[in-house]
Amino acid sequence: MTMVYDEALERFEPVLGLETHVELGTNSKMFCGCRTAFGAPANTQVCPTCLALPGALPVANAAAIESTIRIGLALNCSIAEWCRMARKNYFYPDMPKNYQISQYDEPLCFDGYIDVEVYGETVRIEIERVHLEEDTGKSTHVGGATGRIHGADYSIVDYNRAGIPLVEIVTKPIPGTDRLAPEVARAYVTELREIMRSLGVSDVRMEEGSLRCDVNVSLMERGASEWGTRTETKNVNSLRSVERAVRSEIERQAGVLAGGGRIVQETRHFHEDTGTTTPGRSKEEAQDYRYFPEPDLVPIAPDPAWVAELKAALPELPSVRRKRLQAEWGLSDLDMQAMHNADAIELVEATVKAGAPAADARKWWMGELARRANETATPLADLPITPEQIARVTELVASGALNDKLAREVLEGVLAGEGTPDDVVEKRGLKIVNDEGELSAIIDEVLAANADAADKVRSGKIAAVGALVGGVMKASRGKADAARARELILEKLGVSA
Amino acid sequence: MSAITRDEVAHLARLSRLALTDDELDHYATQLDAIIESVAKVAEVAAEDVPPSSHALPLTNVFRPDEVRQSLTPEQALSGAPAVEDDRFRVPRILGEEA
Repeated sequence: MTMVYDEALERFEPVLGLETHVELGTNSKMFCGCRTAFGAPANTQVCPTCLALPGALPVANAAAIESTIRIGLALNCSIAEWCRMARKNYFYPDMPKNYQISQYDEPLCFDGYIDVEVYGETVRIEIERVHLEEDTGKSTHVGGATGRIHGADYSIVDYNRAGIPLVEIVTKPIPGTDRLAPEVARAYVTELREIMRSLGVSDVRMEEGSLRCDVNVSLMERGASEWGTRTETKNVNSLRSVERAVRSEIERQAGVLAGGGRIVQETRHFHEDTGTTTPGRSKEEAQDYRYFPEPDLVPIAPDPAWVAELKAALPELPSVRRKRLQAEWGLSDLDMQAMHNADAIELVEATVKAGAPAADARKWWMGELARRANETATPLADLPITPEQIARVTELVASGALNDKLAREVLEGVLAGEGTPDDVVEKRGLKIVNDEGELSAIIDEVLAANADAADKVRSGKIAAVGALVGGVMKASRGKADAARARELILEKLGVSA
Repeated sequence: MSAITRDEVAHLARLSRLALTDDELDHYATQLDAIIESVAKVAEVAAEDVPPSSHALPLTNVFRPDEVRQSLTPEQALSGAPAVEDDRFRVPRILGEEA
């Protein structure tokens, strides 16, 4: 039995831990020269080294080392002056070597932090370590009803992904988030993703697995001093899922504990469709991995002068950039936070860069487009429309060629694949009627059809003009300039506004 | 006196997915014991001022530039595989004993 979230939080306090894996966007793999392209045909990006053929030896990719150090620096970590790769032994066909080259007690970067904001409050997330390892191959499980590993008859493996450099970022346990645990987890992963993007080290696409998150949750009774047993939830493939997985695990664990049960330390599997977790394999103990220093690779000893250079050359980090943009755009904390949550900041920034006023750019992305993204469950950035196109629409509105209603129709056309904003205006005939003769003719018709209202206006009841303007807009199918129509109507009726 | 128990050998065998008979467990326990004993002798002479070493080469920072090199073709890659399906390595059921 699960426990309702509010009830669970009344009785228990959650402690979070997040392990995030980032696939680096290097050209070649971590220890060999194979390509790293996503979605290539199976086993076309493999060689003797990443297939573990006899005699092949790994050599570390300089760019991957550099990216990992830059990530560590961006997360305020110390950088090891000397460290080794380690061999993690386990029997599983996703690594052809029967081990994964990783790091154990000597991570390249350690002891950092980042600050994230949730509802205007700053939460500091301490980073325990950032280490470098290699990604595993991709198994497909055949047979059984669900395509999952349980119940499968056999598996088939594609090693294209095996050996792609993978950075693991591990937080220290995060107590004290209380009922905001799900939001804090999401804010943290969002922030990490933006930091990775700003560094240009990964394309961090959760849906393609280049950013993956394991969510650790434990509960303790309120007032208790000792933390509970944690579970680790995998297969959390979107920011929304991070939030849902934390929430669902809190509810589940609270139910187990309240019913007198105990939590087993295990790996759990998140299900996107139900938003719940089910047990996976029980975790092997660290000692079962029989870690030892990787004999095929010599130690890494980054020159402190080089590290200082990398630090000095870090780009403006997202939190700093957000503060700058907020000041430039003159937005409130709340508006900025909403844009951040909607993943709209970069889009708005690009739209402003393309010439749109910030207020307009924000209005479209956070209004009409956010609504569309929401309806179709598409990330805002994946909508088939570009910041440049939004900027063009705002330009058309500013010049009086479109009003807001027509602008919305133009956006709809662009989203429907009808071409650029100008194409849509042309094809759908959406230009405002600013031909005075045409407008005048429409007004005459409307006045003739609404003699009563026209008389009212003539006799001084100016308010009645609204109905007439409405009639003109209707007759022009929204394409008239309402303000100009009002002026002309009053003029024709001999009333001064 | 044996430092390695039979249970420990059985545990290691399970981690490596090796099916060992009872006789083999005893046999390997004795052998592993001898290995551990030999390594322990090295520890006896280890001095405080000699750090444990993991590499024979006095080298650090051996890197390669991030350059793509020719991969194998799928045919070459799969040529040694006992079973192939859909250009992938076909392997026996993975979680059989845990499911």
